[in-house]
Amino acid sequence: MDYFIELFFSGLTRGSIYALIALGYTMVYGIIGLINFAHGEIYMIGAFTAFIVATVLSVYGFPLVSIVIISGLAAVVWASSYGYTIEKIAYKPLRHAPRLSPLISAIGMSIFLQNYVLLAQTSDFLPFPTLFPDLEFMEPIAHIIGTTDVIILVTTIVVMVLLTLIIKFTKIGKAMRATAQDRTMATLVGINVNNVISATFIVGSGLAAIGGMLVAAHIGQINFYIGFLAGIKAFTAAVLGGIGSIPGAVLGSFVLGLTESFATGYVSSDYEDVFAFSLLVLILIFKPSGLLGRASNEKV
Amino acid sequence: MVLLKEFKKALLTSLWFVFLTFPIVVIKVDPIERTVFWRWQNAFYMAVGTFSIYLLVKFYQHRKENQPKSSDAGENKLPISSLIHRILLNPVQRNIFIGIVAAISIVFPHIFSTYQTNVMTTALMYVVLGLGLNIVVGLAGLLDLGFVAFYAVGAYTYSLLNLHFGLGFWTVLPIGGLLAATFGILLGFPVLRLRGDYLAIVTLGFGEIIRLILENWGKFSKGPSGISNIPRPGFFGMHFNLEQSVLYTYYLMIILVIVTIFIVNRLQDSRLGRAWIALREDEIACQAMGIDKRKTKLVAFSLGAFWAGIVGVMFAAKTTFINPASFTFLESAIILSIVVLGGMGSIVGVVFGALILILLPEYLRALSEYRMLAFGAILVCMMIFRPQGLISNIRRTYKFEKKSPPPVR
Repeated sequence: MDYFIELFFSGLTRGSIYALIALGYTMVYGIIGLINFAHGEIYMIGAFTAFIVATVLSVYGFPLVSIVIISGLAAVVWASSYGYTIEKIAYKPLRHAPRLSPLISAIGMSIFLQNYVLLAQTSDFLPFPTLFPDLEFMEPIAHIIGTTDVIILVTTIVVMVLLTLIIKFTKIGKAMRATAQDRTMATLVGINVNNVISATFIVGSGLAAIGGMLVAAHIGQINFYIGFLAGIKAFTAAVLGGIGSIPGAVLGSFVLGLTESFATGYVSSDYEDVFAFSLLVLILIFKPSGLLGRASNEKV
Repeated sequence: MVLLKEFKKALLTSLWFVFLTFPIVVIKVDPIERTVFWRWQNAFYMAVGTFSIYLLVKFYQHRKENQPKSSDAGENKLPISSLIHRILLNPVQRNIFIGIVAAISIVFPHIFSTYQTNVMTTALMYVVLGLGLNIVVGLAGLLDLGFVAFYAVGAYTYSLLNLHFGLGFWTVLPIGGLLAATFGILLGFPVLRLRGDYLAIVTLGFGEIIRLILENWGKFSKGPSGISNIPRPGFFGMHFNLEQSVLYTYYLMIILVIVTIFIVNRLQDSRLGRAWIALREDEIACQAMGIDKRKTKLVAFSLGAFWAGIVGVMFAAKTTFINPASFTFLESAIILSIVVLGGMGSIVGVVFGALILILLPEYLRALSEYRMLAFGAILVCMMIFRPQGLISNIRRTYKFEKKSPPPVR
């Protein structure tokens, strides 16, 4: 039974990380109908920034709490700046181009960013500094759920609640929902669509950066290539839940996380990634609109 | 006044990029030794680089806007591509051109070293791969990101059949192609209903699944350590030494390239080829014209996969060693960049694209580290500045020509 619970919690942790990344995919898709292939790379850059800042601060002897706060902020700020800049460079000029053009551009951006980090830093796996020490009161249940798992779960829940509040009640959130429904109409009622799209990229990238930092701290190492797999899996989660739908992305992420966790726990850990990819292929074939998405018919 | 404003904007942009790239480009940490390097000179290079790139892009846009619109919009503005098209359209010049290319390709291995010949053979393989993907992406408009899976199927077919049953190169060459084509149909069936971007992701997933299976199913594929000692192609039981064998593979590739170009060229003008182009332009209108969407797409997938399978067999025979690491997503991305750079749907373009992308990094050794960086940048820049590629395909047009009036007596 303990094994089952352990797998369950590890699935929840995976799921919440996927959720943080998947939200970026689903929000961008909802607004401009583009699969932002470079989103996984934003996540990687967020994690790398956190790694660099945290290591610099720890070398210069800052206290642990300030390291966590400053590196987290730096990760969010820089990842959001990257998201904003990528949208301006690679996607904005192609807004009225044929459908495949922005996707090819996004793939190019993803390859570019990976190799940029590879060249500017290194191709080795780097040890991520320990940000979250094991808490003492967690000792009795440490074999089932670790401290970092709890921190990841709590952070994710807090971030989700904040995001929901932003989207439901603030002006920019309302503008985002309006733009997602009908871009032309949103322009007509005086919404600056360009700003809304930028804001979406900034928020999505910030979320991915938080996810990146948490995962890197959890796994304890980092590499320029982590974004590819995480990106694909988070995309799977977003599609599973119904791309474009925010609650769908969260639900899909937890389903994917739990599936992966149980499949690796009970079947075989060699084929961990095969499960995720097969799930992606199966969903797209049998239910392309996802769990909570609405099927849309193309009108001529 | 305008110039000053642009200057200020360029300055701000370069400052923004210095900020953006600051943590990753300037700081380098060594977490084990606990040391921090501040590479300030990189920030300076970044500033100068982005400043000049910004001005270049602005200059390009400025010139493009102020250029008087040429009378026929279909005409190419880039001199190199129009030159090639002009040569190819004129029968006499075309024959001379083909003659020169043929002479170069025959003489090539005798002038240059074995190493150069090997490099050229690799480039020719990518030409065929590019032409194969060109059927799927360029003609039929189906973005396939898992093309390398079919390449892997071909390579593993040859090495496994040879390992277990001792089958020779020439026996497996068609088997590898057909097996890859079968995989193409297997993948094609379920994804027929999917729209462009979903299709891209599913094919990507399919490619990764094939690679992961090859990597993990050790009993079947020998896992990550790969298969070695694959025999090189033979010729009626003759035995070659290494140098002769390289030469032989090179000429085989030349023949394969010629056959591929011939077939793809004929396909393009066939009923099927025109159906693909119609499908790419507008699926619904195409269906309304009575084209069987399902069949047309499946044929595109399987034909593209067929060439990848053939090249896969060639690849296994050339390198005599394969492992799953040769068939990653990056390989698919390289082939896609070849097609996009050359010009989607254009045969001449794909040939040039493959030669440029594979040979340039080989000869500019200093730049080979930046190869993948450049590939990414090429994909983005081509989409923004020149979506039709270096040498775009000329759309075949039919003109009603007025009959010359009968001579007046």
